[in-house]
Formats: sequence, structure tokens, C-alpha cells
Amino acid sequence: MDFSFTEEQSMLRDTIASYLADNYSFDQRRAALGREPFWRPDVWSAFADELGILGAAFPEAQGGLGGGYTENMVVMEELGKALVVEPYLGTVVIGGGFLKHGAPAGAEEMIGQIIAGKAIFAFAYAEPQGRYNIRDLKTTARKDGAGYVLNGHKAVVVGAPYATHLVVTARTGGGQRDAGGISVFIVPKSAKGVTTRDYPTVDGFRASEVYFENVALGAEARIGGEGEALPLVEKVMDEAIAATCAEACGVLRRLQEGTVEYTKQRKQFGVPISSFQVLQHRMVDMFIQLEQSISMTYMATIRLSDGDAERAKAASAAKVQIGKACKFVGQNAVQLHGGMGVTDEMAIGHYFKRATMIEGLFGSTDHHLARYETLSLGAAA
Amino acid sequence: MNLDFPPEDTAFREEVRTFLAENYPRDLREKQERGETLGKEDYLSWHRILAKKGWSTPSWPVELGGTGWTPTQKYIWSEEQARADTLGVLPFGVSMLAPVLYTFGTEEQKQRFLPGIRDGIDWWCQGYSEPGSGSDLASLKTRAERITGDDGKEYYVVNGQKTWTTLGQHADWGFFLVRTDPDAKPQAGISFLLIDMKSPGIAVRRITTLEGGHEVNDVFLDNVKVPVENRVFHENQGWTCAKALLAHERSGIAGVARSKRGLERLRQMASTEMSDDGGSLIQDAFFRRKVAELEIDLTALEFTELRTLAGESSGKGPGPESSILKIKGTEIQQRLQDLALEAAGHYGAPFLGEAGHNSGIGPQHSLDLAGDYFNGRKTSIYGGSNEIQRNIISKMVLGL
Repeated sequence: MDFSFTEEQSMLRDTIASYLADNYSFDQRRAALGREPFWRPDVWSAFADELGILGAAFPEAQGGLGGGYTENMVVMEELGKALVVEPYLGTVVIGGGFLKHGAPAGAEEMIGQIIAGKAIFAFAYAEPQGRYNIRDLKTTARKDGAGYVLNGHKAVVVGAPYATHLVVTARTGGGQRDAGGISVFIVPKSAKGVTTRDYPTVDGFRASEVYFENVALGAEARIGGEGEALPLVEKVMDEAIAATCAEACGVLRRLQEGTVEYTKQRKQFGVPISSFQVLQHRMVDMFIQLEQSISMTYMATIRLSDGDAERAKAASAAKVQIGKACKFVGQNAVQLHGGMGVTDEMAIGHYFKRATMIEGLFGSTDHHLARYETLSLGAAA
Repeated sequence: MNLDFPPEDTAFREEVRTFLAENYPRDLREKQERGETLGKEDYLSWHRILAKKGWSTPSWPVELGGTGWTPTQKYIWSEEQARADTLGVLPFGVSMLAPVLYTFGTEEQKQRFLPGIRDGIDWWCQGYSEPGSGSDLASLKTRAERITGDDGKEYYVVNGQKTWTTLGQHADWGFFLVRTDPDAKPQAGISFLLIDMKSPGIAVRRITTLEGGHEVNDVFLDNVKVPVENRVFHENQGWTCAKALLAHERSGIAGVARSKRGLERLRQMASTEMSDDGGSLIQDAFFRRKVAELEIDLTALEFTELRTLAGESSGKGPGPESSILKIKGTEIQQRLQDLALEAAGHYGAPFLGEAGHNSGIGPQHSLDLAGDYFNGRKTSIYGGSNEIQRNIISKMVLGL
């Protein structure tokens, strides 16, 4: 049992933190999000070249630094603290996850492209009708000779506007909600028949509605077995959930610390409002939620290496805690900032918006409670 | 970061499990299963078996009788005890007073009192709260005046009333906070005294709690003579001891392993109880959701405790963060009791008292669940109420 970080992991954290402190202030972020291209390719290049962090979680044999889940956790927490919108989650955690576990032909080359900052991935899994059920797919990949023809509509694909590649779930068989018949493809965004409608999300990210119309794919575009990719999708999504929990810990920390700081400055009735016990206890409860969230993020990150059922239970349990914490800490941070919390001018509201979106990312609190229940009753039977 | 247990810890778990299976007294086990009220000898007999093995005081310094276990081993120890449903060693002597004695006591005091605590000879009770001093403990009024006795020796004469003294009816000794300087600031005029409960002038009065049990007491002190050498640490500096003791009291209070066992029992019970639609209660959409949420919160508490333990093994003592463990740990214990009573349905109602345990009324698992629930309201009140814990975190951690 060990909850400590290696020297390399601590260095990784410091490297990112100090880069973001110098280059990713609230004002810099806001300015960049308000103009084309609505993200910062220069930051991404710096991640690849100057900082070299995009390879931290890849094996050395694939040109990475030999890290894994813990490295992703460390990076994501720091990105959360600065509300970074650049697509580490989609590219390294999700794109990289599919390439590592699915190991399609050409995976090593593509991982090299990720590490170099050239290939950027977005995960096109959700569909307008499917809510959080990842099996509910109307998108089809019809067999055509040796390859496939892809048709369908993917909803709110976060990061798609910046992406060079999409990871797409589609039916090669089975009914709309069946576990069988699901396949995964890597689709270059430039492929003929791919169109997108791009838009901003409420928390400053960018997303797209993605439409596939008779997109021709070679057999090599498929990751994992035909019609048998659901376990792979679940594994990578659990990895994405753990990484999102880590990001949330960074967001929650800023919300909690920012609120403590603000209440010490803000005076009413002639005294700092931090001297009121009703506010003190609220902030203690926010702090407890943060600590419990950190604990669950460690737990889920460590258990990513366990068997499927344990891993899935752990990821869902963590997401339940993080979902509740995002709501409680976010809402109370705004409440304790009073009117200032509702303005666009202070960072606190922007952390609140990200926290709120994390609540629903990869499944709401209720979704994951239900998944956890099913898994734990399964274990009892 | 990892959760791996090295081979030596796995072997340790085996050793502990075997020891508990082979040595836990059969008659005690049967009494527990029948739900009988346990007496002084029940507690002490198990304590003495542990003491003989050298395991009654794992957290003490090794030279005084500690086991030198790693935090992981202590964690395994508490898990295995919970798994085997054994009684715990009572905390008053072993984990509350002893750290004060070996931190602040004289060599003489250590030699005089620690062996009796370790070996389960002396039963200790706590004289902290007073009728007018609960959360505001430092306002305590029990007065100790220094006199020279007829024998020429120095004594304190103690007058006052203590309350909520847990299992004080069995106690041989008590540790008391008393006021030795009424003119100083509240915290500055308190001393820490060890008092023989057989001293003339001490009266213990039963307080009956909601479930009908006798667990807590009032203790009246009427001109009780206490030799000055029974004072721990300096006169008027007892508050230092009091605070140290409270931090130790809190660190063991999370009860993660016991709650995990309690959750297992709740699941078993809810799989035999029926829901309104005739399926098992554990399949009921509303009930099972509450169980799942509880289990997730317990997992979070467990990992917060593991993080705290990891911090302690790297040299940090139990800090103000242990207040988190107290708050969340007791909330979870209470939710478990709440859900168990809910699961019992109609058979939560019968009050069968001492004699009713073989009455055949209702399923065996329903017995005493209401009592546990009523009694369990104490956990968010004792050891510094959960509101006081929030004050501590607010001041010591958040700097408010």
C-alpha cells in the first residue's frame, strides 16, 4: 500500500504547474477562448516540445516516458486547476488508451504522432437518442468488401473542432442497444463524408455535432474485434472517468481555496465574513468533499489495473463521489461569493461551470450509481 | 501508488486470522450472538488473552508493550477483528490515557499505571464532561484544592460532578480534568488527575439511555482526596494533556472496518427481508440505492483513512484532519443503523429487553436494531461533537 509519488511524477506535476502559472492565467485563457481558433495550439506545442508531457503516460517502447495511470492523474489534476481546454483527455487518455489496448496496425506510429503533438483525438461515442448508454448506437459501419462504410450522427463530441482524428463507436451488427455488434474505428476528420457543426460549450470548451455520410473506411481503421469492442470501450471510458475525476480534484481545490480566500477578504457588518460560523462549517463541508474526492480518485486510478468488474465498480464509485462534490462545492462556492459569484468577471464562476459539466461527463451521478449497484449486486450473487 | 500487500503482510493476515479463530472465547461469542449485555469480566477476559499474546496495545511504543506494527499491519489487525466480530479492547486506558501517560507522565507514573492498562487489570474511565461543560469543555468547574494532609503529604481535595462517564460503573480508576486555578483563563487553570474510583467521596449514578441500557453515568466527587503524585504533567497545564488525548480519541473513531462488516450484515439482512412487491429488499430500487450510496461513501472514508495512515507512517501524528474521519465515520455508522432499522420493517418495534432474546418474536436479525439506532445517536455527539470537529477543521486546517 503506497500513496506516494515518485520523484519523476512530482517533477511532472511541478513542470506543468509552473508552465501554466506563467502561460495560462485566467485572463489569458479568456482572451484565447474569445477568438479564433478558440483554443491555443501554441500551448499544445509547448506540451509536446517544451514540456514533453504528452508522452508521460506511454511506454518507453512506444517513445513515451514509461508512465501510466498515475501520470495521467497528475497531469489532469494540474490541467483542472487552470481550466485548461486543450485536449489531453481526448488525445492522450482516450485516443492513447484505444491505441495501447486495441493495438491496431500502425498504433506505434500514431502514438508517436500524439507524443509529438501532431495527432489530436476526440471521442465520438454519444448519440442524440442514447443519453449515457454507450451501447445505444444508431451509427452503423456496414461491411463493404474488405472495409466498411460509416453512417450516423454523433452528439456533442468534445474537442472535435481541434481534432485530427475521431474515435468512433458504431454498429457492425446487433440491435440498437445490444452489447454485441459494437465496433470501434479511427476516422481521420478529413475523410470524405465527415461533416461537423462546431460550437462552444458552456464551460469554454469546443464541441461538434459530427455527421458521417457513407464514409469509406479500410479494414485497418478498426480497433479491436469486429462486433466485440464493448469491453474495450468500457475499459477506456473507465480510464477517462478516472482522469476526469483527477481534473475535477484540481477544479474543486480551486473552488474550495478560492472561497476560503474570498471570505477572508470580504467584509460585512464590519468583519470578514469568514468569521461567521455558518459559513465556516459550510467551507469545512466543502473541504471534506474535496478530500473524499481525492481519496476516490486515488482509489479509482489504482484500481484501473484490476479486473473488469473491480475496475468498473471503482470508476463508477469515484464518479458518484466526484459528481456530488462538484455540485456541492460548486454551488456553495458561488453562494459564498454572493453576487460576485454570479458574475462572469471572477474565475470562481468559470470553475463552477466546469465542475457542473464534469457532473454529467461520461455519465451522471445517477447513471454511475445505477452501474455501481448492478455491479455490486452481481458480485454478491 | 499501489494497493499491493507485500508477502509479509499477507502472512501477517493469516497469523492474525488464525489467532482470532483459535483464541476468541466461545462463551463470549455465544453471549454476543444471543445479544446479552456484556459485563466487566467479558471485556477483560478477552483483553487478557490479547495481552498474553502481546497484542493488547499495538500502537504503544515497543519498549512499553507496543507491537511495532506498520500502519498496514494495524489496518489488517482492525479489519480482521471486525471480520471475526470480536469485541474491541476498550479505548479508555489503552488508546486514550496511555498516550498521555507515556508522553507527559513521570517515569514513576508510567511504571505504576501502564502495565495494568496493558494487561487488562485496571479498568479506566473518563472524567471530562460536566453538566454545564459539554462542547465548551474548558469551562469545567470541578474544583481541586491543594492541601497538606494530616500525614504531612500533599493532596488535592476534589469537589464537583462529572457526567457521560462511559462504563464508569466498572471502573477501578478514572482520569479527570479538574480546575486548580479558578482565577486563570479557562484553559490555563486545569489539571489532569488520576483518581482511584474506590476513594471515599466518589459516587457513581446510572444514567439510562434511550434503548434502556446502562452505559453512561454521573460521577459525583465529594471531598475526594487525591495524592499530588497522581497529577499528570504540570499543575494548571492539564489542557495540554486533554487536547492530546482527544486527538488520539478521534483517530480511531472512524471505525471503517466495523462499518464494512456492518454493511455486509445489512446486505445479508436485506436479502432475506421482503420488499412490498414480494422480491427481496436488497433488490428494491429505493433501498438498494441507499445501500450503494452508503458503500461508496464508506469507500471514500476508507481511502481517506489510508491516506492519513500513510501520512502517519511518514512521521506525521494524528492531525486536525482526523476530525474528517470522526465526522464521516460517525455519519456512516449512523446511516448503517438507520438503514438496518428501516430494513427490519414491523419487527423494528418490539422492545424485548434483557429476557426477550430467545422469545421467537420476529427474525433474530431484527433484535435490538432500534436500540442500536437510538444508542447510536451518541456517536456524532461524543468525542467532541461533529460541529466541534468542524470548528477544529475551520480553525486548524482552513485558517478561518
